[in-house]
Amino acid sequence: MSGFLSSSIARKVAMALSALFLIIFLLIHLTVNITSLFSKDVFNELSHFMGTNFLVQFLMQPILIFGVVFHFVMGFVLELKNRGSRSVKYVKYNGAANATWMSRNMVISGGVILAFIVIHFLDFWIPEINHKYIEFLPEDPTRYFAELQHKFTNPLRVGAYVIAFVLLALHLLHGFQSAFQSLGINRYAKCVKTLGKIYAIVIPLGFIIIALFHYFSQLNH
Amino acid sequence: MNLTLKIWRQKGPQDKGQMVEYKVTDISEHMSFLEMMDVLNESLVAKNEEPIAFDHDCREGICGMCSLQINGEPHGPDRGITTCQLHMRMFKDGDTIYIEPFRANAFPVIKDLVVDRMAFERIQQAGGYISVNTSGNTQDANSIPISKHNADLSMDAASCIGCGACVASCKNSSAMLFVSAKVSQFALLPQGKIEAKDRVKNMVAQMDLEGFGNCTNTGACEIECPKGISIENIARMNREYLAASI
Repeated sequence: MSGFLSSSIARKVAMALSALFLIIFLLIHLTVNITSLFSKDVFNELSHFMGTNFLVQFLMQPILIFGVVFHFVMGFVLELKNRGSRSVKYVKYNGAANATWMSRNMVISGGVILAFIVIHFLDFWIPEINHKYIEFLPEDPTRYFAELQHKFTNPLRVGAYVIAFVLLALHLLHGFQSAFQSLGINRYAKCVKTLGKIYAIVIPLGFIIIALFHYFSQLNH
Repeated sequence: MNLTLKIWRQKGPQDKGQMVEYKVTDISEHMSFLEMMDVLNESLVAKNEEPIAFDHDCREGICGMCSLQINGEPHGPDRGITTCQLHMRMFKDGDTIYIEPFRANAFPVIKDLVVDRMAFERIQQAGGYISVNTSGNTQDANSIPISKHNADLSMDAASCIGCGACVASCKNSSAMLFVSAKVSQFALLPQGKIEAKDRVKNMVAQMDLEGFGNCTNTGACEIECPKGISIENIARMNREYLAASI
């Protein structure tokens, strides 16, 4: 690794910035998706806007994909480097005595989230790209809600979503406040920690509720 | 109390090393951990066996020489202490205790439980100082006003004894707590401002060169630090580094 990212602190800062970007994205994603609980029309309208707006599609989407890929690649590169900095391992290592499970296993929670994103892309993003830019199918602004509901008929998929979001919560419980610490922002550390805990529970819980709501609402049909 | 000790034995830097089991008997709960090690070594010498090499010097928690990873934690299970201050009353009769050297590629084992912590010295030499003319015209430090808040924070950072427990406890073998304490103790004082940019950049560069891992903010270092150095210093160093780089 050369240039700016050759410094350990620069790598920390880069990880933190990409994390904060993804944290903001998750909030926007949930805001759009949560409308599906209350109004089919509002969800369709917002989804249609996100799916067809030029800036969202050709500026924000590539930046988002870069942010996701960068965060994962850098995360795994750092994990490998960190593991390599202690070639001879301890016979007895009591990590739980001084650090949380979340902080010690970001690569595990991150790996599960990565697996989820692959499923999520296969479920929504690739069919969407295929619909719009490969097969050039006619645009139907009312199709999004039905597509969403269709994905949540399989209990195995719903179960996978729930597990992934629990792991996302664990990832965020450490990652949120860690991003601020990496950026050197610790003036409001207590507020950031509290906000991080609220965010880490509320956002994944919101996604879990959406998945379960659509699954159970279709059980009787 | 009677104890079973599983201790890392390694003849030299090139030796592979292994855990060896020893039994010690009639250990007083009032002994320090190092005194228990002394008892064991005396018994080994009496049997014409090689005593176990371990670092120690002041034995009053100041010098930072004693190390030892005890039952998976640097300086053992107690908090805010070094190994020489660890009392045997923290253990129970019949316990098995694992004793290993501090592990990090940047801290190579010299022999048994003794590791080479010169990497810390080289980081310090890279910028952990202020350039002051001491030729006889040195200004009285009290003539420079310093807020009590900053003086206290600086003193807290300066209490780091460079023992290496932060590195030993960190799952990434990161030295960020040590380096940040050494950067902070000067960054908070007017005397340290002049060389602030070069200091943080050079010390971080040396830290990376030594092969320490990257900090992932687990906070283990702060918990295990015998002097209670706060990870707020790491945030300060990150700020200092960003300000110096941009």
